[in-house]
Amino acid sequence: MLLVLVRRVGNMVPTLAAVIALIFVLFSVIPGSFMSGLGDDGRTMDPAVMERMRKEMGLDQPLLERFVKYAGATLVGDLGTSFRTREPVTKLIAGRLWPSLKLTMAAMLVAMAIGIPLGFVAALRPGSLVDTVSMVGAVSGLSLPKFWLGLLLMYFFALQLKWLPSFGYGDGGLTHLILPAIALGVSPLALLARTTRAAVLDVLNADFVRTARSKGMSERRVVTWHVMRNALVLVVTTVGLQFGSLMGQAVVVEKLFSWPGLGSLLVDSVFQRDIPAVQGCILVFVLFFLVINTLVDLAYVAIDPRIRYG
Amino acid sequence: MRLGANTWIGGGLFAVALAVAVTAPWIALTDPVMDANLLNAELPPSREFPFGTDAQGRDIYSRVVYGAQISLTVGVVSQIANSIIGVTLGLTAGYWGGWWDDFVNGLTNVMLAIPSLIFALAIMAILGPGLVSLLIALGLTNWSYSCRIARAQALSLKSQGYVQAARILGYGPFRIMFTQLLPNMLGPIIVIATLGMGGTILAEAALSFLGLGIRPPFPSWGSMLSDARETIAVAPWVSIFPGLAIFLTVLGLNLLGDGLRDIFDPQATTRRA
Repeated sequence: MLLVLVRRVGNMVPTLAAVIALIFVLFSVIPGSFMSGLGDDGRTMDPAVMERMRKEMGLDQPLLERFVKYAGATLVGDLGTSFRTREPVTKLIAGRLWPSLKLTMAAMLVAMAIGIPLGFVAALRPGSLVDTVSMVGAVSGLSLPKFWLGLLLMYFFALQLKWLPSFGYGDGGLTHLILPAIALGVSPLALLARTTRAAVLDVLNADFVRTARSKGMSERRVVTWHVMRNALVLVVTTVGLQFGSLMGQAVVVEKLFSWPGLGSLLVDSVFQRDIPAVQGCILVFVLFFLVINTLVDLAYVAIDPRIRYG
Repeated sequence: MRLGANTWIGGGLFAVALAVAVTAPWIALTDPVMDANLLNAELPPSREFPFGTDAQGRDIYSRVVYGAQISLTVGVVSQIANSIIGVTLGLTAGYWGGWWDDFVNGLTNVMLAIPSLIFALAIMAILGPGLVSLLIALGLTNWSYSCRIARAQALSLKSQGYVQAARILGYGPFRIMFTQLLPNMLGPIIVIATLGMGGTILAEAALSFLGLGIRPPFPSWGSMLSDARETIAVAPWVSIFPGLAIFLTVLGLNLLGDGLRDIFDPQATTRRA
Protein backbone atom coordinates (compact mmCIF):
# COMPACT_ATOMS: atom_id res chain seq x y z
CA MET A 1 0.00 0.00 0.00
CA LEU A 2 2.83 2.35 0.86
CA LEU A 3 4.52 1.59 -2.44
CA VAL A 4 1.30 2.41 -4.26
CA LEU A 5 1.08 5.69 -2.40
CA VAL A 6 4.64 6.66 -3.30
CA ARG A 7 4.08 5.78 -6.94
CA ARG A 8 0.84 7.71 -7.17
CA VAL A 9 2.28 10.79 -5.53
CA GLY A 10 5.21 10.49 -7.93
CA ASN A 11 2.80 10.46 -10.85
CA MET A 12 1.32 13.76 -9.71
CA VAL A 13 4.64 15.57 -10.04
CA PRO A 14 4.87 16.02 -13.84
CA THR A 15 1.22 17.08 -14.10
CA LEU A 16 1.61 19.55 -11.28
CA ALA A 17 4.81 20.94 -12.79
CA ALA A 18 3.07 21.39 -16.14
CA VAL A 19 0.16 23.14 -14.46
CA ILE A 20 2.48 25.53 -12.62
CA ALA A 21 4.23 26.35 -15.90
CA LEU A 22 0.89 26.78 -17.67
CA ILE A 23 -0.46 29.12 -15.01
CA PHE A 24 2.70 31.19 -15.21
CA VAL A 25 2.63 31.35 -19.00
CA LEU A 26 -1.06 32.24 -19.11
CA PHE A 27 -0.67 35.23 -16.87
CA SER A 28 2.75 36.43 -17.98
CA VAL A 29 3.53 35.79 -21.59
CA ILE A 30 0.26 36.42 -23.35
CA PRO A 31 0.39 39.87 -24.94
CA GLY A 32 -1.53 42.50 -23.05
CA SER A 33 -1.42 40.19 -20.05
CA PHE A 34 -3.49 40.75 -17.02
CA MET A 35 -2.63 44.40 -16.56
CA SER A 36 -4.80 45.42 -19.47
CA GLY A 37 -7.28 42.55 -19.29
CA LEU A 38 -10.89 43.37 -18.50
CA GLY A 39 -10.05 46.80 -19.83
CA ASP A 40 -13.05 47.40 -22.05
CA ASP A 41 -14.49 49.77 -19.49
CA GLY A 42 -12.50 52.51 -21.17
CA ARG A 43 -10.28 53.32 -18.21
CA THR A 44 -6.65 53.90 -19.03
CA MET A 45 -3.77 53.85 -16.62
CA ASP A 46 -1.20 56.58 -16.17
CA PRO A 47 2.01 55.22 -17.79
CA ALA A 48 4.09 56.35 -14.81
CA VAL A 49 1.84 54.49 -12.38
CA MET A 50 1.89 51.50 -14.67
CA GLU A 51 5.70 51.51 -14.73
CA ARG A 52 5.89 51.79 -10.94
CA MET A 53 3.42 48.92 -10.54
CA ARG A 54 5.36 46.77 -12.97
CA LYS A 55 8.51 47.33 -10.90
CA GLU A 56 6.70 46.63 -7.68
CA MET A 57 5.34 43.35 -9.01
CA GLY A 58 8.71 42.43 -10.47
CA LEU A 59 7.29 42.44 -13.98
CA ASP A 60 10.31 44.34 -15.30
CA GLN A 61 12.63 41.38 -14.80
CA PRO A 62 13.44 38.88 -17.56
CA LEU A 63 10.80 36.25 -18.12
CA LEU A 64 12.92 33.21 -17.38
CA GLU A 65 14.14 34.72 -14.14
CA ARG A 66 10.57 35.42 -13.12
CA PHE A 67 9.53 31.89 -13.94
CA VAL A 68 12.32 30.32 -11.92
CA LYS A 69 11.45 32.59 -9.02
CA TYR A 70 7.73 31.83 -9.32
CA ALA A 71 8.17 28.08 -9.63
CA GLY A 72 10.70 27.98 -6.78
CA ALA A 73 8.47 29.97 -4.46
CA THR A 74 5.41 27.90 -5.40
CA LEU A 75 7.21 24.65 -4.66
CA VAL A 76 7.98 25.74 -1.11
CA GLY A 77 4.37 26.82 -0.63
CA ASP A 78 4.85 30.56 -1.12
CA LEU A 79 2.12 31.77 -3.45
CA GLY A 80 3.17 35.39 -3.38
CA THR A 81 1.54 38.49 -1.95
CA SER A 82 -1.94 39.61 -2.88
CA PHE A 83 -1.92 42.87 -4.88
CA ARG A 84 -5.10 43.90 -3.14
CA THR A 85 -4.78 43.09 0.52
CA ARG A 86 -0.96 42.91 0.70
CA GLU A 87 -1.36 39.67 2.61
CA PRO A 88 0.30 36.39 1.67
CA VAL A 89 -1.95 34.56 -0.80
CA THR A 90 -1.59 31.38 1.26
CA LYS A 91 -3.26 33.20 4.15
CA LEU A 92 -6.15 34.38 1.94
CA ILE A 93 -6.60 30.85 0.65
CA ALA A 94 -6.34 29.27 4.08
CA GLY A 95 -9.25 31.41 5.23
CA ARG A 96 -11.42 30.19 2.35
CA LEU A 97 -10.40 26.56 2.31
CA TRP A 98 -12.72 25.24 4.99
CA PRO A 99 -15.94 26.80 3.62
CA SER A 100 -15.01 25.47 0.17
CA LEU A 101 -14.25 21.98 1.47
CA LYS A 102 -17.41 21.98 3.54
CA LEU A 103 -19.58 22.92 0.58
CA THR A 104 -17.89 20.43 -1.76
CA MET A 105 -18.14 17.58 0.73
CA ALA A 106 -21.75 18.35 1.57
CA ALA A 107 -22.66 18.41 -2.13
CA MET A 108 -20.85 15.13 -2.72
CA LEU A 109 -22.64 13.61 0.28
CA VAL A 110 -26.01 14.63 -1.18
CA ALA A 111 -24.98 13.17 -4.54
CA MET A 112 -23.76 9.86 -3.12
CA ALA A 113 -26.55 9.37 -0.62
CA ILE A 114 -29.24 9.73 -3.29
CA GLY A 115 -27.48 8.97 -6.58
CA ILE A 116 -25.95 5.59 -5.79
CA PRO A 117 -29.07 3.94 -4.27
CA LEU A 118 -31.19 5.40 -7.07
CA GLY A 119 -28.96 3.97 -9.79
CA PHE A 120 -28.87 0.65 -7.98
CA VAL A 121 -32.63 0.33 -7.67
CA ALA A 122 -33.07 1.43 -11.29
CA ALA A 123 -30.65 -1.23 -12.52
CA LEU A 124 -32.33 -4.03 -10.59
CA ARG A 125 -35.64 -3.25 -12.32
CA PRO A 126 -34.69 -2.08 -15.81
CA GLY A 127 -37.62 -0.67 -17.74
CA SER A 128 -39.74 -0.23 -14.61
CA LEU A 129 -41.35 3.03 -13.58
CA VAL A 130 -38.60 3.66 -11.00
CA ASP A 131 -35.98 3.16 -13.69
CA THR A 132 -37.66 5.43 -16.23
CA VAL A 133 -38.40 8.21 -13.78
CA SER A 134 -34.94 8.21 -12.24
CA MET A 135 -33.17 8.16 -15.59
CA VAL A 136 -35.30 11.00 -16.98
CA GLY A 137 -34.55 12.82 -13.73
CA ALA A 138 -30.84 12.10 -14.15
CA VAL A 139 -30.55 13.47 -17.68
CA SER A 140 -32.50 16.53 -16.54
CA GLY A 141 -30.18 16.95 -13.56
CA LEU A 142 -27.20 16.92 -15.89
CA SER A 143 -28.78 19.65 -18.01
CA LEU A 144 -29.63 22.06 -15.20
CA PRO A 145 -27.43 25.13 -14.84
CA LYS A 146 -26.30 25.03 -11.21
CA PHE A 147 -26.87 28.71 -10.60
CA TRP A 148 -30.39 28.58 -12.02
CA LEU A 149 -31.28 25.65 -9.80
CA GLY A 150 -29.75 27.64 -6.94
CA LEU A 151 -31.87 30.68 -7.81
CA LEU A 152 -35.05 28.58 -7.87
CA LEU A 153 -34.17 26.91 -4.55
CA MET A 154 -33.46 30.33 -3.10
CA TYR A 155 -36.80 31.62 -4.31
CA PHE A 156 -38.91 28.73 -3.03
CA PHE A 157 -37.19 27.66 0.18
CA ALA A 158 -35.75 30.95 1.36
CA LEU A 159 -38.01 33.70 0.04
CA GLN A 160 -41.40 31.98 -0.24
CA LEU A 161 -41.39 29.32 2.44
CA LYS A 162 -38.77 31.08 4.58
CA TRP A 163 -37.45 27.73 5.78
CA LEU A 164 -33.80 28.47 5.15
CA PRO A 165 -31.57 31.53 4.87
CA SER A 166 -31.28 32.78 1.30
CA PHE A 167 -27.53 33.43 1.19
CA GLY A 168 -24.35 33.91 3.19
CA TYR A 169 -22.29 31.73 5.47
CA GLY A 170 -23.97 32.63 8.75
CA ASP A 171 -22.14 31.24 11.76
CA GLY A 172 -21.04 28.27 9.67
CA GLY A 173 -24.02 26.19 10.71
CA LEU A 174 -25.99 23.66 8.71
CA THR A 175 -28.90 25.88 7.67
CA HIS A 176 -26.79 28.08 5.41
CA LEU A 177 -25.16 25.03 3.86
CA ILE A 178 -28.26 23.14 2.70
CA LEU A 179 -29.34 25.12 -0.37
CA PRO A 180 -25.86 25.63 -1.88
CA ALA A 181 -25.03 21.97 -1.27
CA ILE A 182 -28.16 20.83 -3.12
CA ALA A 183 -27.54 23.25 -6.00
CA LEU A 184 -23.98 21.95 -6.34
CA GLY A 185 -24.83 18.32 -5.68
CA VAL A 186 -27.53 17.74 -8.28
CA SER A 187 -25.29 17.22 -11.29
CA PRO A 188 -22.91 14.74 -9.62
CA LEU A 189 -26.02 13.07 -8.22
CA ALA A 190 -27.41 12.64 -11.71
CA LEU A 191 -24.12 11.38 -13.08
CA LEU A 192 -23.69 8.94 -10.18
CA ALA A 193 -27.19 7.55 -10.67
CA ARG A 194 -26.45 6.93 -14.35
CA THR A 195 -23.03 5.42 -13.72
CA THR A 196 -24.22 3.19 -10.90
CA ARG A 197 -27.07 1.93 -13.05
CA ALA A 198 -24.76 1.20 -15.97
CA ALA A 199 -22.16 -0.45 -13.75
CA VAL A 200 -24.71 -2.66 -12.00
CA LEU A 201 -26.34 -3.66 -15.30
CA ASP A 202 -22.90 -4.58 -16.62
CA VAL A 203 -22.09 -6.75 -13.63
CA LEU A 204 -25.53 -8.40 -13.62
CA ASN A 205 -24.71 -9.81 -17.05
CA ALA A 206 -21.29 -11.10 -16.01
CA ASP A 207 -20.51 -14.80 -15.99
CA PHE A 208 -19.73 -14.97 -12.31
CA VAL A 209 -23.19 -13.65 -11.47
CA ARG A 210 -24.77 -16.33 -13.61
CA THR A 211 -22.59 -18.93 -11.90
CA ALA A 212 -23.56 -17.64 -8.48
CA ARG A 213 -27.22 -17.82 -9.40
CA SER A 214 -26.99 -21.24 -10.97
CA LYS A 215 -25.36 -22.70 -7.91
CA GLY A 216 -28.45 -21.64 -6.01
CA MET A 217 -27.22 -18.55 -4.22
CA SER A 218 -30.13 -16.39 -3.12
CA GLU A 219 -30.77 -13.29 -5.23
CA ARG A 220 -30.24 -11.10 -2.23
CA ARG A 221 -26.84 -12.63 -1.58
CA VAL A 222 -25.87 -12.40 -5.26
CA VAL A 223 -26.67 -8.72 -5.26
CA THR A 224 -24.99 -7.80 -2.00
CA TRP A 225 -22.03 -10.16 -2.32
CA HIS A 226 -21.10 -10.06 -6.00
CA VAL A 227 -22.86 -7.24 -7.77
CA MET A 228 -22.34 -4.41 -5.30
CA ARG A 229 -18.67 -5.10 -4.79
CA ASN A 230 -17.89 -5.34 -8.48
CA ALA A 231 -19.95 -2.36 -9.52
CA LEU A 232 -18.22 -0.32 -6.86
CA VAL A 233 -15.01 0.14 -8.88
CA LEU A 234 -16.71 2.19 -11.58
CA VAL A 235 -18.82 4.05 -9.02
CA VAL A 236 -15.72 4.99 -7.02
CA THR A 237 -14.04 6.29 -10.19
CA THR A 238 -16.99 8.55 -10.88
CA VAL A 239 -17.15 9.72 -7.29
CA GLY A 240 -13.46 10.59 -7.43
CA LEU A 241 -13.57 12.46 -10.73
CA GLN A 242 -16.67 14.36 -9.72
CA PHE A 243 -15.43 15.18 -6.25
CA GLY A 244 -12.08 16.32 -7.63
CA SER A 245 -13.57 18.82 -10.04
CA LEU A 246 -16.54 19.82 -7.89
CA MET A 247 -14.61 22.42 -5.90
CA GLY A 248 -13.87 24.25 -9.14
CA GLN A 249 -17.45 23.88 -10.37
CA ALA A 250 -18.65 25.45 -7.14
CA VAL A 251 -17.60 28.91 -8.35
CA VAL A 252 -21.04 29.84 -9.66
CA VAL A 253 -22.85 28.41 -6.64
CA GLU A 254 -20.53 30.27 -4.28
CA LYS A 255 -21.09 33.53 -6.14
CA LEU A 256 -24.86 33.02 -6.17
CA PHE A 257 -25.11 32.28 -2.46
CA SER A 258 -22.31 34.69 -1.42
CA TRP A 259 -20.50 31.73 0.05
CA PRO A 260 -17.00 32.71 1.26
CA GLY A 261 -15.14 29.90 -0.51
CA LEU A 262 -12.24 29.70 -2.93
CA GLY A 263 -14.53 30.16 -5.93
CA SER A 264 -15.70 33.53 -4.65
CA LEU A 265 -12.10 34.47 -3.90
CA LEU A 266 -11.09 33.52 -7.44
CA VAL A 267 -13.85 35.55 -9.11
CA ASP A 268 -13.31 38.57 -6.87
CA SER A 269 -9.57 38.39 -7.52
CA VAL A 270 -10.17 38.24 -11.26
CA PHE A 271 -12.22 41.42 -11.11
CA GLN A 272 -9.62 43.13 -8.94
CA ARG A 273 -6.80 41.90 -11.21
CA ASP A 274 -5.11 40.32 -8.25
CA ILE A 275 -2.91 37.92 -10.25
CA PRO A 276 -1.11 36.15 -7.38
CA ALA A 277 -4.46 35.35 -5.77
CA VAL A 278 -5.91 34.12 -9.08
CA GLN A 279 -2.88 31.91 -9.71
CA GLY A 280 -3.00 30.60 -6.15
CA CYS A 281 -6.67 29.68 -6.34
CA ILE A 282 -6.23 27.81 -9.62
CA LEU A 283 -3.31 25.91 -8.18
CA VAL A 284 -5.35 24.86 -5.15
CA PHE A 285 -8.19 23.58 -7.37
CA VAL A 286 -5.70 21.50 -9.36
CA LEU A 287 -3.98 20.20 -6.24
CA PHE A 288 -7.34 19.18 -4.80
CA PHE A 289 -8.19 17.29 -7.99
CA LEU A 290 -4.85 15.47 -8.00
CA VAL A 291 -5.03 14.57 -4.30
CA ILE A 292 -8.57 13.21 -4.62
CA ASN A 293 -7.55 11.14 -7.62
CA THR A 294 -4.62 9.69 -5.74
CA LEU A 295 -6.95 8.74 -2.91
CA VAL A 296 -9.29 7.11 -5.43
CA ASP A 297 -6.42 5.05 -6.81
CA LEU A 298 -5.66 3.89 -3.31
CA ALA A 299 -9.30 3.03 -2.80
CA TYR A 300 -9.20 0.77 -5.89
CA VAL A 301 -6.51 -1.34 -4.33
CA ALA A 302 -8.63 -1.75 -1.24
CA ILE A 303 -11.81 -2.60 -3.18
CA ASP A 304 -10.44 -4.76 -5.94
CA PRO A 305 -7.67 -7.19 -5.00
CA ARG A 306 -6.96 -7.78 -8.70
CA ILE A 307 -5.62 -4.27 -9.07
CA ARG A 308 -2.01 -4.06 -8.00
CA TYR A 309 0.55 -1.48 -8.80
CA GLY A 310 3.98 -2.92 -8.48
CA MET B 1 -32.03 1.86 -37.95
CA ARG B 2 -34.33 2.76 -35.08
CA LEU B 3 -33.82 6.24 -33.80
CA GLY B 4 -35.43 5.93 -30.37
CA ALA B 5 -37.35 8.44 -28.27
CA ASN B 6 -34.21 10.15 -26.93
CA THR B 7 -33.03 11.07 -30.39
CA TRP B 8 -36.40 12.43 -31.46
CA ILE B 9 -37.12 14.48 -28.35
CA GLY B 10 -33.53 15.68 -28.02
CA GLY B 11 -33.16 16.46 -31.69
CA GLY B 12 -36.51 18.25 -31.62
CA LEU B 13 -35.55 20.45 -28.68
CA PHE B 14 -32.23 21.32 -30.28
CA ALA B 15 -33.89 22.02 -33.63
CA VAL B 16 -36.31 24.42 -31.94
CA ALA B 17 -33.42 26.23 -30.24
CA LEU B 18 -31.58 26.50 -33.58
CA ALA B 19 -34.72 27.75 -35.32
CA VAL B 20 -35.25 30.39 -32.63
CA ALA B 21 -31.64 31.57 -32.97
CA VAL B 22 -31.84 31.82 -36.75
CA THR B 23 -35.23 33.54 -36.88
CA ALA B 24 -34.63 35.81 -33.85
CA PRO B 25 -34.93 39.11 -35.76
CA TRP B 26 -38.39 38.09 -37.03
CA ILE B 27 -39.90 36.41 -33.99
CA ALA B 28 -38.65 38.86 -31.36
CA LEU B 29 -41.23 41.48 -30.39
CA THR B 30 -38.86 44.29 -29.48
CA ASP B 31 -35.19 45.19 -29.76
CA PRO B 32 -33.47 43.25 -26.96
CA VAL B 33 -31.03 46.00 -26.06
CA MET B 34 -32.56 49.33 -27.03
CA ASP B 35 -36.17 48.94 -26.00
CA ALA B 36 -35.69 49.66 -22.32
CA ASN B 37 -38.51 51.58 -20.69
CA LEU B 38 -38.47 52.08 -16.97
CA LEU B 39 -42.22 52.66 -17.00
CA ASN B 40 -42.59 48.98 -17.92
CA ALA B 41 -40.09 47.71 -15.34
CA GLU B 42 -40.72 44.33 -13.71
CA LEU B 43 -44.11 43.62 -15.23
CA PRO B 44 -45.31 40.02 -14.86
CA PRO B 45 -46.00 37.98 -18.00
CA SER B 46 -48.91 39.41 -20.00
CA ARG B 47 -50.20 39.47 -23.57
CA GLU B 48 -47.91 42.36 -24.45
CA PHE B 49 -44.86 40.86 -22.68
CA PRO B 50 -45.25 37.06 -22.85
CA PHE B 51 -42.41 36.40 -20.38
CA GLY B 52 -42.75 39.67 -18.46
CA THR B 53 -40.19 42.46 -18.31
CA ASP B 54 -36.92 42.92 -16.43
CA ALA B 55 -35.72 45.69 -14.12
CA GLN B 56 -35.01 47.96 -17.09
CA GLY B 57 -38.43 47.32 -18.60
CA ARG B 58 -37.11 45.22 -21.47
CA ASP B 59 -39.19 42.41 -22.92
CA ILE B 60 -37.75 39.16 -21.54
CA TYR B 61 -39.20 37.07 -24.37
CA SER B 62 -37.27 39.06 -26.97
CA ARG B 63 -34.10 38.87 -24.91
CA VAL B 64 -34.44 35.10 -24.47
CA VAL B 65 -34.96 34.76 -28.24
CA TYR B 66 -31.82 36.76 -29.02
CA GLY B 67 -29.93 34.98 -26.25
CA ALA B 68 -30.29 31.79 -28.27
CA GLN B 69 -27.98 33.28 -30.89
CA ILE B 70 -25.15 33.72 -28.42
CA SER B 71 -25.60 30.37 -26.66
CA LEU B 72 -25.75 28.40 -29.85
CA THR B 73 -22.94 30.28 -31.59
CA VAL B 74 -20.68 29.64 -28.62
CA GLY B 75 -21.88 26.05 -28.28
CA VAL B 76 -21.47 25.10 -31.92
CA VAL B 77 -18.31 27.03 -32.81
CA SER B 78 -16.29 26.18 -29.71
CA GLN B 79 -17.35 22.56 -29.77
CA ILE B 80 -16.18 22.30 -33.37
CA ALA B 81 -12.84 23.76 -32.28
CA ASN B 82 -12.66 21.27 -29.39
CA SER B 83 -13.47 18.36 -31.68
CA ILE B 84 -10.85 19.38 -34.23
CA ILE B 85 -8.15 19.80 -31.57
CA GLY B 86 -9.10 16.65 -29.69
CA VAL B 87 -9.46 14.43 -32.73
CA THR B 88 -6.25 15.65 -34.36
CA LEU B 89 -4.23 15.12 -31.20
CA GLY B 90 -5.86 11.80 -30.32
CA LEU B 91 -5.71 10.39 -33.83
CA THR B 92 -2.04 11.22 -34.35
CA ALA B 93 -1.12 10.06 -30.83
CA GLY B 94 -2.88 6.74 -31.26
CA TYR B 95 -1.53 6.16 -34.76
CA TRP B 96 2.07 7.18 -34.21
CA GLY B 97 2.54 6.22 -30.57
CA GLY B 98 6.00 6.84 -29.13
CA TRP B 99 7.03 10.16 -27.62
CA TRP B 100 4.20 12.02 -29.33
CA ASP B 101 1.68 9.72 -27.65
CA ASP B 102 3.34 10.30 -24.26
CA PHE B 103 3.27 14.04 -24.85
CA VAL B 104 -0.42 14.09 -25.85
CA ASN B 105 -1.29 11.90 -22.87
CA GLY B 106 0.56 14.23 -20.54
CA LEU B 107 -1.21 17.22 -22.04
CA THR B 108 -4.59 15.53 -21.65
CA ASN B 109 -3.82 14.77 -18.00
CA VAL B 110 -3.00 18.42 -17.41
CA MET B 111 -6.23 19.49 -19.10
CA LEU B 112 -8.23 17.06 -17.00
CA ALA B 113 -6.58 18.22 -13.79
CA ILE B 114 -7.65 21.85 -14.28
CA PRO B 115 -11.44 22.04 -13.88
CA SER B 116 -12.50 23.23 -17.34
CA LEU B 117 -14.70 26.03 -16.00
CA ILE B 118 -11.73 27.36 -14.02
CA PHE B 119 -9.46 27.16 -17.05
CA ALA B 120 -11.98 28.99 -19.21
CA LEU B 121 -12.45 31.56 -16.45
CA ALA B 122 -8.70 32.23 -16.36
CA ILE B 123 -8.60 32.72 -20.12
CA MET B 124 -11.61 35.07 -19.97
CA ALA B 125 -9.85 37.02 -17.24
CA ILE B 126 -6.87 37.53 -19.53
CA LEU B 127 -8.71 38.20 -22.79
CA GLY B 128 -11.52 40.27 -21.31
CA PRO B 129 -15.26 39.69 -21.78
CA GLY B 130 -16.86 39.28 -25.19
CA LEU B 131 -18.00 36.76 -27.77
CA VAL B 132 -14.58 36.17 -29.36
CA SER B 133 -12.94 35.61 -25.98
CA LEU B 134 -15.70 33.13 -25.11
CA LEU B 135 -15.14 31.21 -28.31
CA ILE B 136 -11.41 31.01 -27.60
CA ALA B 137 -11.77 30.20 -23.89
CA LEU B 138 -14.33 27.45 -24.42
CA GLY B 139 -12.88 26.20 -27.70
CA LEU B 140 -9.48 25.45 -26.17
CA THR B 141 -10.45 23.87 -22.88
CA ASN B 142 -12.85 21.00 -23.52
CA TRP B 143 -11.09 18.69 -25.95
CA SER B 144 -9.81 16.00 -23.60
CA TYR B 145 -12.77 13.63 -24.05
CA SER B 146 -12.61 13.81 -27.85
CA CYS B 147 -8.87 13.25 -27.65
CA ARG B 148 -9.22 10.18 -25.43
CA ILE B 149 -11.86 8.63 -27.67
CA ALA B 150 -10.00 9.37 -30.92
CA ARG B 151 -6.79 7.92 -29.46
CA ALA B 152 -8.51 4.75 -28.25
CA GLN B 153 -10.22 4.32 -31.61
CA ALA B 154 -7.03 4.91 -33.56
CA LEU B 155 -5.21 2.33 -31.42
CA SER B 156 -7.83 -0.32 -32.07
CA LEU B 157 -8.38 0.50 -35.75
CA LYS B 158 -4.78 0.82 -36.91
CA SER B 159 -4.17 -2.92 -37.00
CA GLN B 160 -7.25 -3.57 -39.15
CA GLY B 161 -6.77 -5.10 -42.59
CA TYR B 162 -7.90 -2.07 -44.56
CA VAL B 163 -5.38 0.15 -42.81
CA GLN B 164 -2.57 -2.28 -43.53
CA ALA B 165 -3.76 -2.47 -47.13
CA ALA B 166 -3.63 1.32 -47.37
CA ARG B 167 -0.11 1.30 -45.98
CA ILE B 168 1.00 -1.32 -48.51
CA LEU B 169 -0.53 0.79 -51.27
CA GLY B 170 1.84 3.54 -50.20
CA TYR B 171 -0.63 5.92 -48.52
CA GLY B 172 1.11 8.51 -46.35
CA PRO B 173 0.35 8.64 -42.62
CA PHE B 174 -1.95 11.66 -42.86
CA ARG B 175 -3.87 10.15 -45.75
CA ILE B 176 -4.35 6.96 -43.74
CA MET B 177 -5.39 8.84 -40.60
CA PHE B 178 -7.85 11.17 -42.23
CA THR B 179 -9.27 9.08 -45.06
CA GLN B 180 -9.14 5.60 -43.53
CA LEU B 181 -9.28 5.92 -39.72
CA LEU B 182 -11.33 9.08 -39.24
CA PRO B 183 -14.45 8.01 -41.16
CA ASN B 184 -14.57 4.82 -39.11
CA MET B 185 -14.59 6.60 -35.77
CA LEU B 186 -17.03 9.40 -36.61
CA GLY B 187 -19.89 7.87 -34.61
CA PRO B 188 -18.31 8.05 -31.16
CA ILE B 189 -16.79 11.43 -32.00
CA ILE B 190 -20.19 12.86 -32.93
CA VAL B 191 -21.64 11.51 -29.68
CA ILE B 192 -18.93 13.20 -27.62
CA ALA B 193 -19.33 16.43 -29.60
CA THR B 194 -23.09 16.49 -28.99
CA LEU B 195 -22.71 15.96 -25.26
CA GLY B 196 -19.80 18.39 -25.18
CA MET B 197 -21.87 21.09 -26.85
CA GLY B 198 -24.32 20.93 -23.95
CA GLY B 199 -21.42 21.33 -21.54
CA THR B 200 -20.08 24.29 -23.51
CA ILE B 201 -23.46 26.03 -23.46
CA LEU B 202 -23.65 25.53 -19.68
CA ALA B 203 -20.11 26.91 -19.33
CA GLU B 204 -20.94 29.99 -21.41
CA ALA B 205 -23.97 30.62 -19.23
CA ALA B 206 -21.86 30.21 -16.09
CA LEU B 207 -19.16 32.61 -17.30
CA SER B 208 -21.73 35.19 -18.37
CA PHE B 209 -23.49 34.74 -15.03
CA LEU B 210 -20.20 35.57 -13.28
CA GLY B 211 -19.87 38.71 -15.44
CA LEU B 212 -16.92 37.30 -17.42
CA GLY B 213 -18.72 36.23 -20.58
CA ILE B 214 -21.12 38.34 -22.56
CA ARG B 215 -21.46 41.67 -20.77
CA PRO B 216 -24.76 43.51 -20.37
CA PRO B 217 -26.71 44.96 -22.08
CA PHE B 218 -26.34 42.20 -24.69
CA PRO B 219 -28.70 39.36 -23.97
CA SER B 220 -26.98 36.15 -22.94
CA TRP B 221 -29.05 33.70 -20.92
CA GLY B 222 -26.32 33.59 -18.29
CA SER B 223 -26.00 37.34 -17.84
CA MET B 224 -29.80 37.70 -17.75
CA LEU B 225 -29.80 35.35 -14.77
CA SER B 226 -27.14 37.35 -13.02
CA ASP B 227 -29.40 40.44 -13.28
CA ALA B 228 -32.34 38.32 -12.18
CA ARG B 229 -30.70 37.48 -8.85
CA GLU B 230 -31.13 41.09 -7.75
CA THR B 231 -34.85 41.13 -8.39
CA ILE B 232 -35.79 37.56 -7.55
CA ALA B 233 -37.87 38.52 -4.52
CA VAL B 234 -40.18 40.84 -6.47
CA ALA B 235 -39.92 39.53 -10.04
CA PRO B 236 -39.25 35.76 -10.11
CA TRP B 237 -40.24 35.49 -13.79
CA VAL B 238 -37.05 37.33 -14.70
CA SER B 239 -35.08 34.29 -13.54
CA ILE B 240 -37.42 31.57 -14.77
CA PHE B 241 -37.38 31.99 -18.54
CA PRO B 242 -33.67 32.41 -19.36
CA GLY B 243 -32.88 29.44 -17.10
CA LEU B 244 -35.59 27.36 -18.72
CA ALA B 245 -34.10 28.20 -22.13
CA ILE B 246 -30.64 26.98 -21.05
CA PHE B 247 -32.11 23.88 -19.45
CA LEU B 248 -34.21 22.84 -22.46
CA THR B 249 -31.39 23.46 -24.97
CA VAL B 250 -28.86 21.48 -22.94
CA LEU B 251 -31.41 18.77 -22.19
CA GLY B 252 -32.03 18.48 -25.92
CA LEU B 253 -28.33 18.03 -26.62
CA ASN B 254 -27.89 15.51 -23.79
CA LEU B 255 -30.87 13.44 -24.96
CA LEU B 256 -29.66 13.64 -28.55
CA GLY B 257 -26.19 12.54 -27.45
CA ASP B 258 -27.62 9.59 -25.50
CA GLY B 259 -29.79 8.64 -28.46
CA LEU B 260 -26.92 8.84 -30.94
CA ARG B 261 -24.79 6.75 -28.62
CA ASP B 262 -27.37 3.98 -28.65
CA ILE B 263 -27.24 4.05 -32.45
CA PHE B 264 -23.52 4.49 -33.18
CA ASP B 265 -21.92 2.95 -30.21
CA PRO B 266 -23.90 0.04 -28.77
CA GLN B 267 -20.98 -0.99 -26.55
CA ALA B 268 -20.92 2.51 -25.13
CA THR B 269 -17.21 3.24 -25.37
CA THR B 270 -18.07 6.90 -25.03
CA ARG B 271 -19.76 6.60 -21.66
CA ARG B 272 -18.62 9.73 -19.94
CA ALA B 273 -18.22 8.40 -16.44
